[in-house]
Amino acid sequence: MSQAMSGKPKKRSGVTEESFLSKLIRIVLLVIFDAGAIWFIQNALSQGFDQLAVVIGIIAVMFNVIFLLPQAYPLRWMAFGLGFLILFTIYPIVFTVYVAFTNYGDGHLLTKEQAIPLIEKQVFLPEGGKAYKWTAFRNDAGEYALWLINPDGETFLAKPGEEILPAKPGDPGIGEADSKGIPVSLEGYQRLNTLLAASDKNLPNIKFGLEGDQVIQIRNPSEAAELQVRFKYDPATDTVIDQSNGEIYYNVEGTFTSRTGKTISPGFRTVVGLKNFRDFLTSPALRGPLAQIVTWNFIFPTVSVLSTFALGLAIAIMFNDPEFPFKRIIRSLLIIPYTIPGLISIIIWRGLLNSEFGIINKILNDLIGTAPRWTTEPFWAQVAILLVNLWLGYPYMMLISSGALQSIPSEIYEAATIDGATSWQKFRHITLPLLLIAVGPLLIASYVFNFNNFNLIYLFIAGGPPIPGAATQAGYTDILISYVYKLAFESGGRGVQYGLASAISIVVFFIVGAITLFQYRFTNMWEEASENA
Amino acid sequence: MPSMSQTFSRLRSSQKFQKRFSIAIRLIIAIILIAFSIFPVLWIISASFDPSQSLATQTSLIPSNASLKNYQRLFGNDPEYKFGKIPAGRWILNSVKVSGISTILSLMITTMAAYAFSRMRFKGRVTMLKAILLIQVFPNLLALVAIYVLIFQVGEIIPKLGLNTHAGLITVYLGGSMGMNIWLMKGFLDTIPRDIDESGMVDGASHWQIFWNLILPLLRPILVVIGILSFIGTYGDFILARILLNDVNQYTLMVGLQIFTSGQFDQKWGVFAAGALIGALPIMIIYLTLQDQIVGGLTQGAVKG
Repeated sequence: MSQAMSGKPKKRSGVTEESFLSKLIRIVLLVIFDAGAIWFIQNALSQGFDQLAVVIGIIAVMFNVIFLLPQAYPLRWMAFGLGFLILFTIYPIVFTVYVAFTNYGDGHLLTKEQAIPLIEKQVFLPEGGKAYKWTAFRNDAGEYALWLINPDGETFLAKPGEEILPAKPGDPGIGEADSKGIPVSLEGYQRLNTLLAASDKNLPNIKFGLEGDQVIQIRNPSEAAELQVRFKYDPATDTVIDQSNGEIYYNVEGTFTSRTGKTISPGFRTVVGLKNFRDFLTSPALRGPLAQIVTWNFIFPTVSVLSTFALGLAIAIMFNDPEFPFKRIIRSLLIIPYTIPGLISIIIWRGLLNSEFGIINKILNDLIGTAPRWTTEPFWAQVAILLVNLWLGYPYMMLISSGALQSIPSEIYEAATIDGATSWQKFRHITLPLLLIAVGPLLIASYVFNFNNFNLIYLFIAGGPPIPGAATQAGYTDILISYVYKLAFESGGRGVQYGLASAISIVVFFIVGAITLFQYRFTNMWEEASENA
Repeated sequence: MPSMSQTFSRLRSSQKFQKRFSIAIRLIIAIILIAFSIFPVLWIISASFDPSQSLATQTSLIPSNASLKNYQRLFGNDPEYKFGKIPAGRWILNSVKVSGISTILSLMITTMAAYAFSRMRFKGRVTMLKAILLIQVFPNLLALVAIYVLIFQVGEIIPKLGLNTHAGLITVYLGGSMGMNIWLMKGFLDTIPRDIDESGMVDGASHWQIFWNLILPLLRPILVVIGILSFIGTYGDFILARILLNDVNQYTLMVGLQIFTSGQFDQKWGVFAAGALIGALPIMIIYLTLQDQIVGGLTQGAVKG
């Protein structure tokens, strides 16, 4: 039957030829699109967004192929979808994979091209060398000016952030010289005597002059000196030389590091190969919390799926009775947790289970005189998460189970009753196996969903309580995905680590991908897709 | 003979009794379960009308001096509120706008793509269908850094699509429209007899005319289900919206509600409750009125085959 209407463009054109008008409109729209794409790519390139330019370029080429080649006709129906898919799904995945092999993160946010000028901007105050005699002036706003005399007797006026210029006593705005050749006054400023200047705490930290031109800083009460560039980058050897002591810094995984282990900040982004994956598996500081997180990451979805399914199925069986009164209203009331946006439910539960003020603990205290600290005790935090997830998840299980129950033919039960089977035997040998065939794939999907149930873990207590002594922010209810989120977005003073976060993302992807592939095999989706081809 | 019929009738009456007894037990269990299911909702309704507004002071289900104070605070009508003016009205509008537009656009993308997958045969079709499923397995949360950088860069070139814009957020949501829903829609399309297309073909209609005039009207039930599910999904998202929007007036309702949890959450309990109720009610009503269709749509995709 699919032969008759195969939809190949060849056949299609036999029925209707594309009208000239439609062809014209198509070409005109494509030209407008191309003009826009070229404009965008040009702008992206001029701003240095090379990767973005490449992606948009790929999408633009794809659009042209799709809308010009007649063979690509079916793809015209999904061109925009493909464009969005490439831009917002595939490109971010590729980016994430790339980042997983780099050291991208705090201290390594810049490219090498951006970092080297910053390194070369760093200056130091040389111990010896050309020195100036100095006299300080200060105005009412607390700004300073410096009168400098170099060893040759030439005089200069220096202010922070302004070019240092030669000046003489008696110039406009500058007072007459005293016996030492220093002006007695400066317009708007007051001269500080030697004692006052020596005890001024701000003065030694002020950089006089214009950065990038000539900067002078006070070295001691009698001398000021020109700051010198500290680091020099040598592209030939890819090393940085410290001008103050001649020490050589080598490029070690995006940080210039000396033989003695000293490093220069900032570091830069660079490919570090499998380092992030190695760290993930072997770093002792990470291993402790990670073992905990991974274990919990498997316990949490397993217990969640089993508990929600057990409760949902129990309810479905209990009310799977045509004579049962108020069925409709009971069902409506029981699916309420499912109808509330997850974020809202989770935050409500967070309030209800608040250890100090929450109503649950008030009731427990009244009833049994004690109540668990849901947010601070690791075990009870995990129990709380599972309880909340039971509340959130059982209605779905109830709905799918009752749907599947109704599809089991009643003759099977009648036959079993005649054979003298007990209710339990009927459940164990008829209901459960038949039910699992129908809802099995949904259980796996639910497992996958919970494996990455970021919203619940994060919104409830943000993965807490924290694991003591962990090298990175990690908590007892953290699962991999919430841990990754914290690594990438909430450094907690320990620095964001996009590289490591991306590496763990990829590990998560493989775990979840494997489970999902298994699910598709289970549901024959793959085969179904191939059959129809 | 009579003894047998007696036994039989006694058995029947005892069966009847058993049946009643079992229903009674099950009703009691149902009431306990319903209590478990709706307790948080009742509690939040109560909190929203309790002017004392703090988690600690809410001690009974019926507030002693119920008022609309929390709702006034929520909509920025209480100048004395210590946490400032909350633009919840704005947030609701933003949420409806963002979810509405992205739902309509993604429905268009999904439906057209599913039509092509269902009705046309082309090279790479099966591979693409499989790839669509597999790509969606990659948790998009993990690509947040990349998406943030992407939207930042786009915004440097086209400011109207950049960070802190609803248009930027909508385009990111559209990235997910080539997903599971295509399978759902394709499954539905496959059940529509091809005779309909053929009759159009014979009349010389183009693919587009067949799609628009013949097929689309038949898709209404599934469009409603996918549309509602996708609207609810977008409406409930907070993480992308939170990363991409940084101006309080641009927030969606979920981002707004989420920031209540930061700092002194127990003091903001009452206002949060009011916001939670307003945010949840429309969705609850949609679900409860359309539960049969939605449940059908939910299970169809995976149970099939």
